Amino acid sequence: MAAPAAAIAGIHEFPKRSVGGLSALQIKAECAARALEDAGLGWGDVDAIYDASEAGRISGFTIAEYLGITPRVVDTTSVGGSSYEFHAAHAAAAIAQGKANVALLTYGSTAHSQRRAIGTGGRAAPDPQPAGNMERPYGLTLVGNYALVARRHMAEHGTTPEQLAEIAVTTRRHAMRNPQAVEGLADIGIRDIREITVDDVLGSRLIADPLHLLECCIVSDGGGAVVIVSSAVAAGIPGRPAWILGTGEALGYPAGGADLTTTAAVRSGREAFGQAGVRPEEIDIAMIYDSFTITVLAILEDLGFAKKGEGGPFAAGGRLAFDQPGGPALNTDGGGLSSNHPGMRGIFLLIEATRQLRGEATAQVPGARLAVAHGNGGQLGTRHAAGTIILGRG
Amino acid sequence: MTERPLPLFPEPDTEPFWAATADHRLTYQVCSHCGQVVFHPRRHCPGCTHGEPEWRDSAGRGTVYTFTVIRQHGQPFFAGRIPYVVGMIDLDEGFRMLAEIDADPDAVHVNQRVAVAWEDHPDLSVPVFRPE
Repeated sequence: MAAPAAAIAGIHEFPKRSVGGLSALQIKAECAARALEDAGLGWGDVDAIYDASEAGRISGFTIAEYLGITPRVVDTTSVGGSSYEFHAAHAAAAIAQGKANVALLTYGSTAHSQRRAIGTGGRAAPDPQPAGNMERPYGLTLVGNYALVARRHMAEHGTTPEQLAEIAVTTRRHAMRNPQAVEGLADIGIRDIREITVDDVLGSRLIADPLHLLECCIVSDGGGAVVIVSSAVAAGIPGRPAWILGTGEALGYPAGGADLTTTAAVRSGREAFGQAGVRPEEIDIAMIYDSFTITVLAILEDLGFAKKGEGGPFAAGGRLAFDQPGGPALNTDGGGLSSNHPGMRGIFLLIEATRQLRGEATAQVPGARLAVAHGNGGQLGTRHAAGTIILGRG
Repeated sequence: MTERPLPLFPEPDTEPFWAATADHRLTYQVCSHCGQVVFHPRRHCPGCTHGEPEWRDSAGRGTVYTFTVIRQHGQPFFAGRIPYVVGMIDLDEGFRMLAEIDADPDAVHVNQRVAVAWEDHPDLSVPVFRPE
């Protein structure tokens, strides 16, 4: 592996899950300022801007003006929750090519304040689209879409509800160590905030069989920013960089006779791990997009942490907890299930992976050296995006 | 009583499919050049760059690949129908489609044989599947 060209040098996660009147753009700008400060940089240093247009359509026209930067590189790739892993991959490539030195990724959302029922539907009619026209009459919710994958995984591989529930148990345990997650759960109206058991998960109501309420991510406000810099810039800043060792991106549209239990993470992961020269068993921290429990289970398999069909036993027994051996620490901030999910969580995967590699996490793995951040965007059962980033401690 | 959301037109790829449903015909496409089964409907073949997808009639029989029971929905029509079953059906002609499975949720299982049935609307019919 060649010496890495780019590193995450600045991070910031908006600390609140209920933002009290701020706009998504205001959240993005505040997070950007804090992340630049974290990197010891300013607005004038930014020469590449990445934006998923979540705070306004066709943001390539507007985001640089709003933030007050003059970029040489503009990238508005928008692939749902995985947009930020795609952005990190593109930023690393632009930096490696010498096209940019300081890349800024931002995210902001007021999904909770707007009472957006992301998982259970009722959205306004979209523009006519071929695929959408074949699905619109049937009332499949976002939760239901992922439930289709879970049901097939159970039927084909014998995965059990108890095994899926373990993922939610682990992320809640991690969230309880994260003061911002605990405060956030209270702020969005969740009562009885405590560690949960498999029985708690399976005793919560079914939203779309076989997925229960506690297997679904929360809906919060929030945002974040990530600053990615060249090795030359990294050498001049005080903090410890998190080097981008490998990147991969892929799309999945499992039509025809495709195996619904295998996601595009197979391809993005192979690419990222191959470029990094790293094997899954070397990974200390697995930040895997936990929109739902099944998302994590399928992606753990597809990234190579377990064989296809063996993700259930792999997730069982608390192996994915930050203080347990035998597997990577999963979503140590509490994840989308129990800490922060304003709709597109991908940027938080990069942020928490970087915290771990700096030794600053609330569920810190001692001496963590290697992390994977895997974003999943779209709808796993019909069409989805997969972005994998391998990060290494500086 | 609110109405079931229906496909939105104009949308030229899927309009022929929905027009055929008015005659209770479930249609799919096969490429004239490479023979690939194409679904959802399209003007081009995603399997080769030469062919044109041709319309065929399906017998409307297939197997449940996977399913879910929707128990919460924010849209009034679907909220009034919960719990209901949505699944992916592998049709015998080799295409997979998402559809409602009109059956008791407790009676649906993966690999179950199902056949198409029709819910009639003024200008089209919505295909649903029922256990054989």
